[in-house]
Amino acid sequence: MENSLNLSDDTLSKIDEVVPKYPEKRSAALMVIHLVQDELGAIDDVACEWIAGRLELQPINIKELITFYPMLREKPWGRKHVRVCRTLPCALRGSYGTCKTFEEKLGVKEGHVSEDGEYSIEFMECLADCGQGPVVIVDEKTYENIDGKSAEKFADLLIDGKLDESEDFLSYEDSLTQETKN
Amino acid sequence: MSVSTPKERRIILKHADDPKYSNRIGCYLREGGYENLKKAFSMKPEEVGEEVLKSGVRGRGGAGFPAGMKWKFLDRKSGKPIYLICNADESEPGTFKDRQIMYKDPHQLIEGMMITAFAIGAKQAFIYIRAEFHEGARILEQAISEAKKAGFCGNKILDSEYSCDLVIHRGAGAYICGEETGLIESLEGKRPNPRIKPPFFPAVLGLYQCPTIVNNVETLCNVRHIIEMGGEEFSKIGKPNNTGTRIWCVSGQVMKPGYYEFECGSLTLGQLIFDVCGGLRPGRSLKAVIPGGSSAKVLRADERFSGTLKDGTEFDWGLEDIPLDFDGPMAAGSMSGSGGIIVMDDTVDIVEAMANVNAFYAHESCGQCTPCREGSLWMRKISQRMCSGGAREEDADLLLSVAKQIEGRTICAFGEAAAWPTQSFVTKFKEDFIRKATDAPKERDPKSLQLI
Repeated sequence: MENSLNLSDDTLSKIDEVVPKYPEKRSAALMVIHLVQDELGAIDDVACEWIAGRLELQPINIKELITFYPMLREKPWGRKHVRVCRTLPCALRGSYGTCKTFEEKLGVKEGHVSEDGEYSIEFMECLADCGQGPVVIVDEKTYENIDGKSAEKFADLLIDGKLDESEDFLSYEDSLTQETKN
Repeated sequence: MSVSTPKERRIILKHADDPKYSNRIGCYLREGGYENLKKAFSMKPEEVGEEVLKSGVRGRGGAGFPAGMKWKFLDRKSGKPIYLICNADESEPGTFKDRQIMYKDPHQLIEGMMITAFAIGAKQAFIYIRAEFHEGARILEQAISEAKKAGFCGNKILDSEYSCDLVIHRGAGAYICGEETGLIESLEGKRPNPRIKPPFFPAVLGLYQCPTIVNNVETLCNVRHIIEMGGEEFSKIGKPNNTGTRIWCVSGQVMKPGYYEFECGSLTLGQLIFDVCGGLRPGRSLKAVIPGGSSAKVLRADERFSGTLKDGTEFDWGLEDIPLDFDGPMAAGSMSGSGGIIVMDDTVDIVEAMANVNAFYAHESCGQCTPCREGSLWMRKISQRMCSGGAREEDADLLLSVAKQIEGRTICAFGEAAAWPTQSFVTKFKEDFIRKATDAPKERDPKSLQLI
């Protein structure tokens, strides 16, 4: 099928790999949408049509998913996307303050993308790490215990591009590989 | 405390925090991994099911339905293929146990799943994992490919005639996908609008209208241990009708929040909060506890609970005396749900706490049933208005009336999940709601903890 989205070979081969895993093609919709969105940042009408064609569906069958699921997007988030958990356990440990600090530091309101497209913040529902709240996810990494105070330092490191090297903020994912190197 | 607090008994989380343990198959095999799969394959599938039934293990996802019984309900006469789905959509606020299992010990889940798949004769198995677990999905993919290479999963498992592929399926951030029929719709590539039961009991009309078993991550891990110990032995852990261990996830205002695995019924809520979790912050006192994820009814610190248990014994408990198992929180008028215990101290504005929970349910309602779609939205609006200086004395009763019109009038249990917090918060803390209208300052104290 025509590659009207100019998807990379890697994404195309991953799509070809995932679709036959399901007894019915339509079941692969979410997985294919994720793969396309990971590359393009969002699923616009052209992408909807392409995915629908790939799965032998109507574009509305894809559109109705994009407009329902919170993580699926019609417009991309910023290049650095910060998710802050809003739900009760994190709120009880100060996540409203965390979100406010990020809004001030990154210069963008939650739910929005900064004018230069660099940052976006999402004040979202439970991220299932409630014991170590407030929980923050930057792109795909989860950071724990980011209260209003540490959020300032955290945001500074993020802006300077030094979050990954920082010893003060080790992500849940990285702490896992540290533990399990052997 | 008159009785000393028991020690954790880690069965599911045995290796979770061992720095020498990894999520790779080599490590799992060194610790005796997949031996129970071999043991299960030496039995007849129905014998495996019998062991699980004997174990009395109840579902760890929230409803607490006996897993062995669920399997018994499978429609085997239809001749349609059978599917197994692991519900790894962990999204009930306050719950973070399945994350620990999947990130730290994924092969335990895969072994439990392949034993289950063999027992129910599944043609294919899926793990429906929430999409925020990016790395979790990658860890499971890696683990599945390792298991396939070693012959524990996929084609001709352990050189037998039985084959079962295991597929990772990622959700996309919707809480309703944790509801098993919503999950099935989602897995079919549709909007996750739950299906009505009857007739759509998954064991009869599930994925692609075929018989389907949906079990929680922790439940499926338990299957592995049931085969290791035998159903009879497993049933001796915990208490009758409350067998095995449970992982309690404690969050909120305690000194040491986290996940703790104990034998069912071996400790009380008070022991968990004040001994295991190190109690509250200095100078604080307990105000309220939500014992089973945010949809469970809130318990008030000075409440008393009395009545007669199923076995006939009479009880008269304070909040701290509630035994932590399935039946204890239930007897206290709430539920143990998914094991997520949210602790609130006296600095919490109870109306704000409820408003926070209401905002969650309003955001997550799938919108299929009118009472839930409209009701959850109005409960959010009313409670938010109350917290921004516009509270009226009659709001408490108004909230109760909206909640009452949701409960029991929806296709799935989300309606109850959305209504119970409001019903319990308003009824048990009515004076806080009235005070909000009469005494509360119109402006928030900037130093106070903001929850909405």
